[in-house]
Amino acid sequence: MSQARKVEVRGLGKDFASRGKVVRALDGAEVGLSENEFVSLIGTSGCGKSTLLSILAGLQEPSRGAILLDGRPIEGPGRDRGLVFQSYTLFPWLTAQANVEFALRGNGMPKRKRRDVARAHLRLVGLESFADSYPTELSGGMKQRVAIARALAYRPEVLLMDEPFGALDALTRQVMQELLTSIWEQHKITVLFVTHDVEEAVYVSDRALVMTNPPGRIKEEIEITLPRPRSHDMLSTPEFAELYGRVLESIRSESLESAGFGAGP
Amino acid sequence: MLRIGGSISTGWFLAIAGMVFAALLGLWFLATSSGWVQPLFLPSPSNVFNSLVDQARNGELWGDAKVSIYRIMVGFLVASAMAVPIGVLIGTYRFWEAAIEPLVDFIRYMPVVAFVPLTILWSGTGNMQKFLIIWIGTFFQQVLLIMDNTKRVPLDFVDFGRTLGMKDRAILARIIFPSAAPGIWDSMRISLGWAWTWLVLAELVAATSGLGYRITTAQRFFETDLIIGYILLLGALGLFFDQTMKFLGRRFFRYEAAGR
Repeated sequence: MSQARKVEVRGLGKDFASRGKVVRALDGAEVGLSENEFVSLIGTSGCGKSTLLSILAGLQEPSRGAILLDGRPIEGPGRDRGLVFQSYTLFPWLTAQANVEFALRGNGMPKRKRRDVARAHLRLVGLESFADSYPTELSGGMKQRVAIARALAYRPEVLLMDEPFGALDALTRQVMQELLTSIWEQHKITVLFVTHDVEEAVYVSDRALVMTNPPGRIKEEIEITLPRPRSHDMLSTPEFAELYGRVLESIRSESLESAGFGAGP
Repeated sequence: MLRIGGSISTGWFLAIAGMVFAALLGLWFLATSSGWVQPLFLPSPSNVFNSLVDQARNGELWGDAKVSIYRIMVGFLVASAMAVPIGVLIGTYRFWEAAIEPLVDFIRYMPVVAFVPLTILWSGTGNMQKFLIIWIGTFFQQVLLIMDNTKRVPLDFVDFGRTLGMKDRAILARIIFPSAAPGIWDSMRISLGWAWTWLVLAELVAATSGLGYRITTAQRFFETDLIIGYILLLGALGLFFDQTMKFLGRRFFRYEAAGR
C-alpha cells in the first residue's frame, strides 16, 4: 500500500484485568482504511471488534499500538470521528430534530443554520416528517435512522458504526442496509462498520476484515468486488454467494475453534 | 378482569376503588351504630365528620394545616435543594461516591426518631426543630435515591457526548441531568410522602401548633373523633401533594408518554 491511508491502526493491543488475570482482548490488530472506503469488521461475539471500534472512537485507551487519522495520531474522542451505537442513544427528552441539532452545537453554527442542516439530514434518512416526534414515538429502525442522520450531520471524517442494526428485526435490518448503502454511494465517507452478520458485511462494504478469536487481530481481508450501486437483487447472484461463502468460511473456522472443535477439516 | 396482565377500563378501576372505600366506611358505620364498639375508641363517621367541620368553622383546622404545610415545604425544599446536586454528583463521579455514599448510608440507618431529643436540645421546640427533623428524615434517603437515578443514565449517552468532544461539565449539565430528571422527580415525590411522617412525629413530641400538635391535645381530652378526623386529613393532604407531584411530572416529562 503506497497511498496514504485515511485511518491506520498499527499493532493495536488491548488488555483487560479480570479477576487478577490479564485478558488480552486485542493483540497486533492492523487495519487500514482508505479515504471514502466502506470497510466492515466482522467476527464472532467477544472477538474484540467492538473494543477496536471503541478505541478508534477514543472512548478506550489502547494498551499497545497507535491509531493514525490522516497520518496524525489520535488521542481521546473527537468530532473528527462519529460513532453510531448499537443501543438506541437518541435523547428521549429531545425531538428527532433537536437530537440532530444537539450534535451540531459544537460546530459553531448559528441556530438557524443548525436547524436547516438537521432538517436536511432527517430528509436524507427519509424522516423529515418525523422531525417533531420524540424517540418514544419512533420505531427501532427510525431511531437508528435518526442516529445515522445525527452522526453524518456534523461531518466527521470517519464514521464508526458498532452493529447499528443489531437490535432490529431481519426485515427492518435489510431496509436499513439498503438505505445506508444508497446514502453512502451518494455522499461518500470513510466508514468502519462492525457486524457479526455475514450477509450484511458483504452487502454494505468494499472490504470485509475478518477477526480472529481473542486476542483479536485481523485474520483475513476479503475484497467485496460486487459492483455499485448495490441492490438487494444481488443477494441471489453467484458472485454474492461466492463472497458470502468465503467470509462465512473464514469466520466459521474461528467459531469452531473457539467452541473447541478444532480448526475443522 | 382477573387475569395476569389483563386490563380494565378507567371506569371499572374507579368503581372498584370506590367500592372498597365505601365498604370500609359502611363497616365503620355498622360497628359504631350497633354499639359494638364504644365511641371513646371509635366514634361514628358522622361524629368524626362533624368534629372536622367544627374545627374548620372555628378556624383551627386551617391554622393547623397552614403551619404544618409551611414546615413541610421548608424542610422538604431545603433537603431537596441539597440532595439533588449531591445525589447527581455521587452518581456521576466515583470519587464523590466514595467520599459521601458510605457516610450517607450510615446516617440513613440511624432512626430519625432518635434525633428528636437531640434536635430539641439544639434548636428548641420551634419551627427550626421541625425543619431539622424533616431534613434528617428525607435528605439522606433522597441522596441515595437520586444517586441511583443518576447511575441509571445509559453509559452510551455519556460516550456519545464524549464523541462530540463535550467536556465533562457539559455532559453533566446537558446529558446526565436531563436524562436522570424524570427519575429524580419521582424520587422527590416518594420522599415527600415520608416528610409528612417525620413532620407529624416532630409535632407529636414537642410543638405548640400544627396538625400533630392538635392530635396530642385531642388525646388529652379524649376527643377520639378529632384524632381520627386529623389522621384522615393527613392522609388526604399526603394524597393531594402526591397527585400534584405526579401531575406536574407528567407535564414536565411529557415526552416519556409521547409514544404510549
